[in-house]
Amino acid sequence: MSDANFDVIIIGSGPGGYVTAIRSSQLGFKTAIVEKDSLGGVCLNWGCIPTKALLRSAEVYSNMKHAEEYGLSASPQFNLKSIVQRSRNIANQLSGGIKHLMSKNNITIIDGFASLQPGKVAPEVRVEGKIYQAKHVILATGARARTIPQAGLKPDGKYIWSAKEAMIPDTMPNKLLVIGSGAIGMEFASFYNAFGSKVTVVEMEDRILPAEDEEISALAKKAFSKRGIEIITNSKATLKVVENGVEAVLENISESKTKTYERVVLAIGIVGNTENMGLEKLGVKVNKNHISVNEYSQTNVKGLYAIGDVTTPPWLAHKASHEGIICIEKIAGRNPEPLNPISIPGCTYCHPQIASVGYTEKQAIKAGFKIKVGKFPFVGNGKAIALGEPEGLIKTIFNEETGELIGAHMIGAEVTELIQGYTIAQKLETTEHELMETVFPHPTLSEMMHEAVLDAYNRTIHF
Amino acid sequence: MPIEILMPALSPTMEEGTLSKWLIKEGDQVSAGDLLAEIETDKATMEIEAVEEGTIVKLLVPEGNSNVKVNKPIAILLEEGEDISSLNDYTDTTDQTPNNNSIEKSGEATIGDLGAQKGKIIEQPEKIKSSPLARRLSKKLNIDLNQISGSGPNGRIIKIDIENYVKDSKSNIVPTQLDQPDFTSNSDSKEIGALRYGGAEQLTKLGIETGSYDLIPLNNIQKVISKRLLDSSQNVPSFPLTIDCEIDELLELRKELNQQAGEFVKISVNDMLIRASALSLKHCPEANASYTPDGIAIHKHADIAVAVSIESGLITPIIRQADNKGLSQISTEMKDLATRARERKLKPTEYQGGTFSISNLGMMGIKEFGSIINEPHGMILSVGEGNQRPIVREGALDIATIMTVTLTCDHRVIDGALGAKWLQHFKRYIEKPITMML
Repeated sequence: MSDANFDVIIIGSGPGGYVTAIRSSQLGFKTAIVEKDSLGGVCLNWGCIPTKALLRSAEVYSNMKHAEEYGLSASPQFNLKSIVQRSRNIANQLSGGIKHLMSKNNITIIDGFASLQPGKVAPEVRVEGKIYQAKHVILATGARARTIPQAGLKPDGKYIWSAKEAMIPDTMPNKLLVIGSGAIGMEFASFYNAFGSKVTVVEMEDRILPAEDEEISALAKKAFSKRGIEIITNSKATLKVVENGVEAVLENISESKTKTYERVVLAIGIVGNTENMGLEKLGVKVNKNHISVNEYSQTNVKGLYAIGDVTTPPWLAHKASHEGIICIEKIAGRNPEPLNPISIPGCTYCHPQIASVGYTEKQAIKAGFKIKVGKFPFVGNGKAIALGEPEGLIKTIFNEETGELIGAHMIGAEVTELIQGYTIAQKLETTEHELMETVFPHPTLSEMMHEAVLDAYNRTIHF
Repeated sequence: MPIEILMPALSPTMEEGTLSKWLIKEGDQVSAGDLLAEIETDKATMEIEAVEEGTIVKLLVPEGNSNVKVNKPIAILLEEGEDISSLNDYTDTTDQTPNNNSIEKSGEATIGDLGAQKGKIIEQPEKIKSSPLARRLSKKLNIDLNQISGSGPNGRIIKIDIENYVKDSKSNIVPTQLDQPDFTSNSDSKEIGALRYGGAEQLTKLGIETGSYDLIPLNNIQKVISKRLLDSSQNVPSFPLTIDCEIDELLELRKELNQQAGEFVKISVNDMLIRASALSLKHCPEANASYTPDGIAIHKHADIAVAVSIESGLITPIIRQADNKGLSQISTEMKDLATRARERKLKPTEYQGGTFSISNLGMMGIKEFGSIINEPHGMILSVGEGNQRPIVREGALDIATIMTVTLTCDHRVIDGALGAKWLQHFKRYIEKPITMML
């Protein structure tokens, strides 16, 4: 085989692409990965990881501000430049790590932007004028921030930020408008609020974090409001850049207000990166900028697959990785189990944190389940109180008829680290019975997970 | 002595069932044959009948109670003249009776007691890998996990397997409404077949291209047949014995009988083979046997299973106690069973069990063949076509109608000499058919 011939070529090196490349190599395929920018994609360079670094700075700062509550004293100050630098360093460190993983697994890295053209067994891949061939081509090109230029909702290079600019702020704005209250919006709202910005969040839906359980969403609103974040729901925003800031028109059914903000963060969703790759010419089925695939990530074109954000929701890094593994194992003739959408957890790292998996209470009822709901508040948990984090709730939703855990929803300290307990339980198909019999260590926040199960069956102990 | 009416095992694998409806109430007089209750199993709803006469004095299990273990007393019957006071010291004996699980554990297995009580073969339960949710669902839906193949890691039975089973069962398993296999259940899947381990991919590995064939999902009859016959061919050390029988006299007698009998009885050769087999088993009771790991069960009656070809496979309705039944009764019963088998209206009790089986392919021109033993049967008789063949009789060539039969025996219970002895009896009945009229 020449250096232009591979078994598998993966386009995009985010958490979908690079994970798939490693698994592909493990399965014995000669594998190449194409990346136009830095290895690791948005997740690692401009998404999940750098924002967690920023939020960690916010958390430490916030703890310092509350030092007295713990019998300590501190005079916290921050240096925005250093905070951003730390975040960038971490992203760069991890991107370097991916490079190492690629070479360790004998994966060829091809730098540049890939486009596709019709080929015999699979589309051919053209990068920087050179043609590469493979039996299987996997698109993992990810997504980018959605913009609505007609309403002024697009980054202007200075005052209006997408997530990427919001990660490397030039200043800590006095007044910040966040448009969109999904995970990305609420994380930035949290970050800037922690460092003293006057943050306003505007959301089109009737509640923030509209994908989460309604009860959790309401608790989140309460917590954010308490921290001084202004929340405006049922409203649309249009933007106009003015001198030294942005003029925003916030409109709901009955009224329209005009306000000025120093900076604006756009967090109004994402669109798949499907352009300029020759997909139209190949006849790849694309629906609203996202590629249509089956449960094994096969597109309608022979030899072409797509995984992650460029396909259907949920648009989450861990979903992309899993999809990629299922896709490549299927190619290798294994029998992977397709991803079950109700078992994909989602995490938001704002303060308080939010984590969930499966059906919300409302969705479960709508889907026709007879349900049992259990709840346990942080205020009933010894560890939470000792941590000084008595704010939050864990909620479980069981199918009453079978005892299957069909949903779990959490808000509060460290819940993003807790949710995996429930996803394992789901994957192993435990019922409430085994969860009740599981020994949770004391004192931990995880005891609340136990109590939330017990509560669904009216057996809670500590509340 | 009060008689306990026990939860019956309506299928060999049934461990528990739902008592869906009582058809009698306390105080009712019942006689043998009266319907007592409706029992729901994983496969169907069935009625149970009284076998003794007396008064129902107590219903022990309330209506709608699911998970009633097989052999658990469900009602108490007092025979005529018995006083209700004899109930005072009644205790549920099965609470002390070890169930299958404890038999497995305790060395001093009372399997003898249990086995003798009903002559039932007790299956050793194997440990089935399954998720808690799958177990919960199977219990709820009254599905025997033994019937389900798991698609999870290492064959673990998971929720989807139960769901697929239920989907399949809806169209296939209920004997009263057996239908075409459900081809539609998998049609929305892009994968060929729903099997994730082995399955259709096996074909691909063996060089048969995807798309070059249609894959028809297994219905439950096919699943059961494949499991049982595979078990048999792996576990049963069998051997065949072949013998020729002259059937001219038998054909003559049959003609005569049918001329004399009313128009409602038409005795077939097969009916006579059933009768001859049953009588031969009576002569060789040690051949009317089933192997169990705990001992050889010698059956008290000859329950003859007869293979009937139906659209989606094969089913073996049983003539119970054929040794005690005359030809016309066998004939009438067989006609009814075969008709209902083809209509798929047999109850499990009518095709499960049996002690011996007959498979006849003579009408299709097969000269001779061997069959696979269907446990718990110890032997199966394969019957070829009866046709005119040259034979040597007292040094001269003659023509006779000859039927070749092959007896396949489970060597664990029947050795060559015993099988041969049985065949001698059988041959005698066939060649001197008048003896079977006695």
